[in-house]
Amino acid sequence: MFAEFTEALFSIFFVETLINGLLLGGVLALLSLGLNLIFGVIDVVWICYAEIIMLGMYTIYFLHVDGGMPLILAAACGVGVTALLGWLTHRLVIGYLLQAAPINQLLATGGLLFFFQGAAMVAFGIEFRNLGVSLGSLAVSEDIYLSWTRLLSFAIAAGVVVVLYQFLSRSYLGAAIRAISQDREIMILMGVNTKKLYLLTSAIGGGLAGLAAALLALQYDVHPFIGLSFGPITFMVCVMGGLGNMVGGFLAAFVFSELITIGGYFAELEWGYVLAFAFFIAAMFVRPEGLFARKS
Amino acid sequence: MNSKLLIAVIAAILVALPFIGLDSYPLHLVIVILIWSFAYTGWSIMGRFGLVSLGHGAFMAIGGYVTALLWNELGLSPWIGIPVAMICAGGMAVLIGYPCFRFRIVGHYFALVTLALSEVVRQVIIATRDTTGGSLGYTPERHGDGWSVIALQSDDRTIFYFVALFVWMAGIVIWRMVDRSMARYALEAISEDEDASAAVGVQVTKEKLKVTVLSAVMTAFAGAMYCQYQMFISPDTIGGVGISLQIVFAVVVGGIYNSLGPTIGAVITLLLAEVLRIWIGTEAACITDKICLNVAGVPLLVYGIMLVLFIIFLPKGIVGACADRWRARGNNGALAK
Repeated sequence: MFAEFTEALFSIFFVETLINGLLLGGVLALLSLGLNLIFGVIDVVWICYAEIIMLGMYTIYFLHVDGGMPLILAAACGVGVTALLGWLTHRLVIGYLLQAAPINQLLATGGLLFFFQGAAMVAFGIEFRNLGVSLGSLAVSEDIYLSWTRLLSFAIAAGVVVVLYQFLSRSYLGAAIRAISQDREIMILMGVNTKKLYLLTSAIGGGLAGLAAALLALQYDVHPFIGLSFGPITFMVCVMGGLGNMVGGFLAAFVFSELITIGGYFAELEWGYVLAFAFFIAAMFVRPEGLFARKS
Repeated sequence: MNSKLLIAVIAAILVALPFIGLDSYPLHLVIVILIWSFAYTGWSIMGRFGLVSLGHGAFMAIGGYVTALLWNELGLSPWIGIPVAMICAGGMAVLIGYPCFRFRIVGHYFALVTLALSEVVRQVIIATRDTTGGSLGYTPERHGDGWSVIALQSDDRTIFYFVALFVWMAGIVIWRMVDRSMARYALEAISEDEDASAAVGVQVTKEKLKVTVLSAVMTAFAGAMYCQYQMFISPDTIGGVGISLQIVFAVVVGGIYNSLGPTIGAVITLLLAEVLRIWIGTEAACITDKICLNVAGVPLLVYGIMLVLFIIFLPKGIVGACADRWRARGNNGALAK
């Protein structure tokens, strides 16, 4: 038993697992970025975030497969659609609830979750749809293969973090967004149009969901309930990184993805998820404000 | 005095329901509504104090699966299995609740930690698919035909109806007992301001833990009831994030601050789903020969819109809004005099 374990630990496949975990972390990081931005600025958890990604995946699927649009263009349209959805979510739902109890805001987006699922089911049916595009994999050595899609996700996630960071720290709008996340009340007195900034943030958050959708569509089949399979993990990543803390979320994504892939390597994939969630619960007790949160 | 008469009339109607020629299907609906109402009532016992748990799907699944597994694997009667399941759920509630309350995990964070709990339980059920059947579901073995006291199984819906009715009423009584206890004042103080209530001597962790365990145990019991009645459970019908959200939403729709709110919520949400399903059907509706709509998704869609509208316009739920209006009218009448 123990010998088997050590053998498994030092096998070449374990190295592959570790690298794949790292790359999965890229996808998770991208998934959590938009949610983190929205939480940091508007102080609302969008439970329906994964469903917006699902609708983005459908947009890309239909434009590419049925519409015959090039993949890149379809992905760009997907980003546009999800950005619009993000804008609408704030305009039609959250905007009316800014003064309500935080938990009501969370529940309202939960209502949107069901609405998006129902709408997708009505419009697209429940069949699994596959984009049918494979980017193949990169052979690092004889035994190690890395999927190009995951490498791409990793690169894009890293790129987006850098761009978002630059945007928030250098640009005028970014400074305004950072200021509003620090003090909501005073910004109104300074003559800032908070409503506009919230809508802009929601649209950016939605757009990031579209970007995640483009990468997920390459790896997974689309169906109306796909959001439930990666929604919970996205929230866990954000909370563990310290809600609203984008760098923390980025690091947490890698901790989670390693736990999932390592758990999946030694047992079944579900145990990987169990391990990750159990770790999350344990981590919350050690540092309720998030593992990577800065002390305020 | 009038309200007592009203309660007596409603009670009489409820008891007479199976004997006035109600068909099997409506009776089934009523039983399902009663079982869920009990679970929703269990959630609202803690939910009304701002302890919004998205983990009650986990407690419900523990209730159903522990009872059924003990029966199938060890031959333990549900008479023992259900209490064991309730103890397991209570233990789980302490395991999650104690550190949460000790380290002041509240609001969003509490909701998300408990959400992780429902996902953990769901994934464990799926991962142990060799025993639990995973996503395909699990069926307790039948013990002979007809009515079996040992296995708590019955073909006869009437018997189940009375059991469910009794359990539901017990749920309402428990809700009222909590409502009239000192714990209620302590918990209300805690939900307003934790530091201040701790300063005046409220034992914050202990009070929160008590109500959480009570709520978890009730929900587990509802899960076991559901399992015994439906004779089929799966991670998606009694556990997971979907059920956890369903529990919260039904209570929000009905009204979180009133003992009958969760029941009204169950009646509205379950009937709505059922009516829409029958009315719209499940056939695909084709507009043109290329564009077909899958109308099976309509109930979900309507449900979602309804929830958003409720939270924006009627955050106290139907019962809460009615009570407010009634009270306001009473006050106006008093002023007019």
